[in-house]
Amino acid sequence: MPNALKTNPFKTLQSKAWFNLGARFLALIIVFLFFAIFVEDGKFYTLRNLENIVRQSSVYATAALGMTFVIITAGIDLSVGSIIALAVVVVAWTLNIQIDGPNGELVYLVHQYPFATPLLACVLAIAASSLVGLFNGALIVRLKMVPFIVTLGSMGIIRGLAKGIANERDIYPPEETWIGSLMDPTLTNKAKSWMLLPAGVWILIVCIGIASFILKYTRFGRHVYAVGSNEETARLCGVPVGRTKLIVYALTGFFCALAGFMQFSYIGGVGQPTTGIMYELFVIAAVIIGGASFSGGEGSILGTIIGALIITILYMGGQQMGWPKWVQEMVIGGIIILAVAVDRLRHRKLA
Amino acid sequence: MRGIHKRFGATHALRGVNISVEPGEVMALVGENGAGKSTLMKVLSGAHAPDEGSLFLDGSPYTPGNPLHAREQGIAMIYQELSLAPHLSVMENILLGIEPTRRGLILWDEMKSRATAALSTVGLHKLSPETPVNQLSIAHQQLIEIARAVALDCRVLVLDEPTSSLASKDIEKLFALVRSLSEKGISVIYISHFLEEVQALSHRYTVLRDGETVGSGQTAEAGDETIISLMVGRDVNDLYPRSQRNPGSIALQTNQLAGIHKPRSASIQLRKGEVLGIAGLVGAGRTEFLDILFGLEPIASGGVTIGTFSGAALPAQRWQQGVGMVSEDRKTQGLALGLSIADNLTLPKLDELGPGRLVIPSRQVKVCAPWIERIPIKCQSARQSVSDLSGGNQQKVAIARLLHADVDILLLDEPTRGIDVGSKAQIYQLIDSLAQGDPSEGHEAKAVLIVSSYLPELLGICDRIAVMCRGQLSEAKPVEDWDERQLMATAIGQE
Repeated sequence: MPNALKTNPFKTLQSKAWFNLGARFLALIIVFLFFAIFVEDGKFYTLRNLENIVRQSSVYATAALGMTFVIITAGIDLSVGSIIALAVVVVAWTLNIQIDGPNGELVYLVHQYPFATPLLACVLAIAASSLVGLFNGALIVRLKMVPFIVTLGSMGIIRGLAKGIANERDIYPPEETWIGSLMDPTLTNKAKSWMLLPAGVWILIVCIGIASFILKYTRFGRHVYAVGSNEETARLCGVPVGRTKLIVYALTGFFCALAGFMQFSYIGGVGQPTTGIMYELFVIAAVIIGGASFSGGEGSILGTIIGALIITILYMGGQQMGWPKWVQEMVIGGIIILAVAVDRLRHRKLA
Repeated sequence: MRGIHKRFGATHALRGVNISVEPGEVMALVGENGAGKSTLMKVLSGAHAPDEGSLFLDGSPYTPGNPLHAREQGIAMIYQELSLAPHLSVMENILLGIEPTRRGLILWDEMKSRATAALSTVGLHKLSPETPVNQLSIAHQQLIEIARAVALDCRVLVLDEPTSSLASKDIEKLFALVRSLSEKGISVIYISHFLEEVQALSHRYTVLRDGETVGSGQTAEAGDETIISLMVGRDVNDLYPRSQRNPGSIALQTNQLAGIHKPRSASIQLRKGEVLGIAGLVGAGRTEFLDILFGLEPIASGGVTIGTFSGAALPAQRWQQGVGMVSEDRKTQGLALGLSIADNLTLPKLDELGPGRLVIPSRQVKVCAPWIERIPIKCQSARQSVSDLSGGNQQKVAIARLLHADVDILLLDEPTRGIDVGSKAQIYQLIDSLAQGDPSEGHEAKAVLIVSSYLPELLGICDRIAVMCRGQLSEAKPVEDWDERQLMATAIGQE
């Protein structure tokens, strides 16, 4: 039957992963060049601005890592913005824990243990965020509820929880700690220039490597694609569909905690329970612009990262162009629709 | 498998099934749609647990808890609908769920070599295991599924209606492959209702009807007649009524009608008071033909005349012209499952159910009553949700909708697929009485165009039959001039 093995070379080219990624990279460069040319005095490509783009996009990108897994399984997680806020608040709350000091008076734990207390804060925030993810996953898998509804509900619940923990106020930790300086600028700061990039960005880079590796080379990662591509087939082939989905949502919670640490530092080391509102939309947009499909089975980590950069550049570039806020919002919305429309068109050609 | 019972709510899907298959044997499992074949296979593959009865594999009890367990025991299933993950590569599909790994990491080299070995067993030496599955033809995709079974070192291979979407050339290759697998000692359970396939391939047969084993034996010793009467369970003439019909004026006419892909050319003349059947393989273009007639797909070339109207029209206009269609897939296209019987039944014709554009629910229910009684539809009330009904009664709602809209031409696509024999008999009765008409009550004779893959049904109720083969519709000949073998030969293009 070799006659049927012939494939259209253009189709083969289009379906190649690097082609997809390359096209997106090209889009990123075009968007960047647009602002580089039109923002006056070359302010857009100053070192400081480039660093700001990277710092800002790190928060979206880190949360989008988990979202990529979720969307590949044909799911969705609307609660990421709230989980980020929860992580931010838990970190600040832990830094504000007071204990009995040696002389009987109350002292801040962080003054006693300036290194270990932020670490404890991280552990607590990661545990809380991952639990929220597990909770989402359990409802979706066990009660067979639709991911959209479950996470729409937990978006509200978790935002409320964050506000409750913070007493509806911003929490100011008593001391600057290393966790608050995760996203401190490095290129424009002599003392930290040896790090090249902020610590948080390094964390993101390591996570990109790990997440790509998991998706590509582990059994779990391939099961994520199989579940999204054809859930019934995956089940018939003995793929643990429920467990795969559960882990995917828990992973999103985990990555949201990391994004929360970055956000905590980025907004100046404050436990702000209202932070990260609407982030779920930016994060989902990054994943979709990065080539994932809501119907599942497609998507890649590198694509998502490119998507997060495009979103951030549009956002910041629009600000620097002096566009009014309403124009910025319309442009970002339009780009999301455009990205998905191009994808649909490509699929129709392939079919 | 011995004494297997399975109930779904009120439905008793399997009521005492016994089947057995020897190593290296091809056992054909035959039965009408809805006889319980698929449910039985789901029990075997661990997707459903039986309520009663026991399974034995190589003489020892076998209780598959889930599909993975069944696969590990060497039981592989090939489903009627292809079950591949379209985005994944060939090798990932072949080894899905049983990927070779070390500490969770996939061993790509081993994966590739195992997939290549499985591919060469099914005759696909030249196919790269890295090709994404969605770039392959249907026939190749099916071979990938068989390769998946081979890669498992399966001992029992179950094929569920594997030829329904294949061309005749590919069917022969499939048969050769099945024979070579059985010579290697693999037991094959071959589910089909094409008796030619059963005769050509199997050593033994087992017949299921209404969830029970009603007969089995050596295929070579049984004729088609024996197997058919076991499948149907009654004299064929009783099941298919055909009263004296008097074809009247031409209701629908097409002239070399072609769609964008399928059909390539279809010419028919359908008269009032006539039942015209269209036979053919799945994928030959029969459904597309009906879709074009009803305005769901565009006309590429050729003409269509319905009553006094010529040319293309939208579905809403077709309803006004007196045409109604029952689509092939009642669950996704034909019915709004969550809505009530009354809602579904009155959907195409909501006027006269209240003043102006209002729809008054009580009137909606009231107009349904005569249809529920006449057809009859077994239900508690017209307000009941359609999803509560059995498949047969759901289908009757879909047909009653056409009667409520008072159409003159009924386009029926597989109207009896997957429903029980009792409902089938009632639907045949209904079609017959519609075609005959009842002048005393002012019912004009209707024109019925029916697409079916089930040949005895077409031969039983139609006046004339045409056959669609690869988009080409044959001339419609009187039913007396056809038999099953000729229909099948024409459908696979060997006439």
